[in-house]
Amino acid sequence: MAKRESTFFNMVTTLFAVTFIAAAALGFVHDLTKEAIEMAKMKAQSEAIEKVLPVFEELGESFKVASAAGDSLEFFPAYSRGELVGVAVKTFTNKGFSGFISVMAGIDTEGNLFGYEVLEHAETPGLGSKMGVWFSNSEKPNQSVIGKNPRSHKLEVTKDGGEIDAITASTITSRAFLDALNRAFEAYYNTNQNQQLKTKKTTL
Amino acid sequence: MNQWKNFSKGFIKENPVFVLLLGMCPTLGVTSSAINGLGMGLATTFVLLMSNIVVSLIKSLIPDKVRIPSFIVIIASFVTVVQLVMQAYLPSLYQSLGLFIPLIVVNCIVLGRAEAFASKNNLLTSAVDGLGIGLGFTFALVLLGGIREFLGSGKLFDFTIYSENYVTLLFVLAPGAFIVLGYLIAIINRIKKD
Repeated sequence: MAKRESTFFNMVTTLFAVTFIAAAALGFVHDLTKEAIEMAKMKAQSEAIEKVLPVFEELGESFKVASAAGDSLEFFPAYSRGELVGVAVKTFTNKGFSGFISVMAGIDTEGNLFGYEVLEHAETPGLGSKMGVWFSNSEKPNQSVIGKNPRSHKLEVTKDGGEIDAITASTITSRAFLDALNRAFEAYYNTNQNQQLKTKKTTL
Repeated sequence: MNQWKNFSKGFIKENPVFVLLLGMCPTLGVTSSAINGLGMGLATTFVLLMSNIVVSLIKSLIPDKVRIPSFIVIIASFVTVVQLVMQAYLPSLYQSLGLFIPLIVVNCIVLGRAEAFASKNNLLTSAVDGLGIGLGFTFALVLLGGIREFLGSGKLFDFTIYSENYVTLLFVLAPGAFIVLGYLIAIINRIKKD
């Protein structure tokens, strides 16, 4: 087959045809995967909520609370027999070694951190990526954040005068992680003052 | 051309990473663990195979002056397909590869094969070439990722081999990537000489 010549008409029609077919094909694939992507995201989120909170029966309606620094945080209250057992806060920081880190923080009814789960991060493997286990090590109370809150303990790395041991060789990641936690608590305290968090679930 | 030779050239003789030194950015970026290298390599292989097939099929329909933009659109489409599918069915791998998946579009290996090989050869030869080069790339990434993971975090494919207390952290960081890559290139050069 002879090669098509590079006339203006040929070039325009070729480029149009190529982009048109590509766009149609991508639209089709997008449609196919849209639901699965949504489900994968929801699944990751609800698994994280279950991990960071005490056992609960059902999740209340999530709501968003403005935080001091820009973006709002999403709150997921969890109930057992109509009683609030805790609230999961999806919090974040932009101060990570590689920027954005997203953390799900579980706060129990006494206002202490019950658990956390790192949702998204791009920290260095083997260093900053250890934050998923480092801060929940129950054998080392000085590096664990579980059961603490900013009013009882200063949630900052020891280097900055806080009470939490930073990950070895990853002070920046540790600072960022604690920044995300403090942001969650700050928003949590603001919500409590506004009494948006009801202890009883109203719609049963 | 002998199809087996055509296929196997991607592993040692024309290995995109060790010999052609193409696609260095994802190579150094994602190989902090063997599993990341494998995922990245296979994603690139799929894109290479599909773009080589399509380019060799429509090569005579595309006027010379617009061939590069056409190839890029074709490659970008397949990369987006990979991205969507991975996001839907392999969310954890998608998260760890992150930015590097969309960057397959500008991986010079893919465009290089489309331009230098698929636009001049028939369907079967191009498909075999894409598969060979892609798997050669995968082989290089897994090797590099495996060595870095083993030395840097004491694991291999996420299984702990030895205690974290004895690891050399340098190897999971950027300098380690350059060091390991340099030694691997030296070894491959030695093998090629024989």
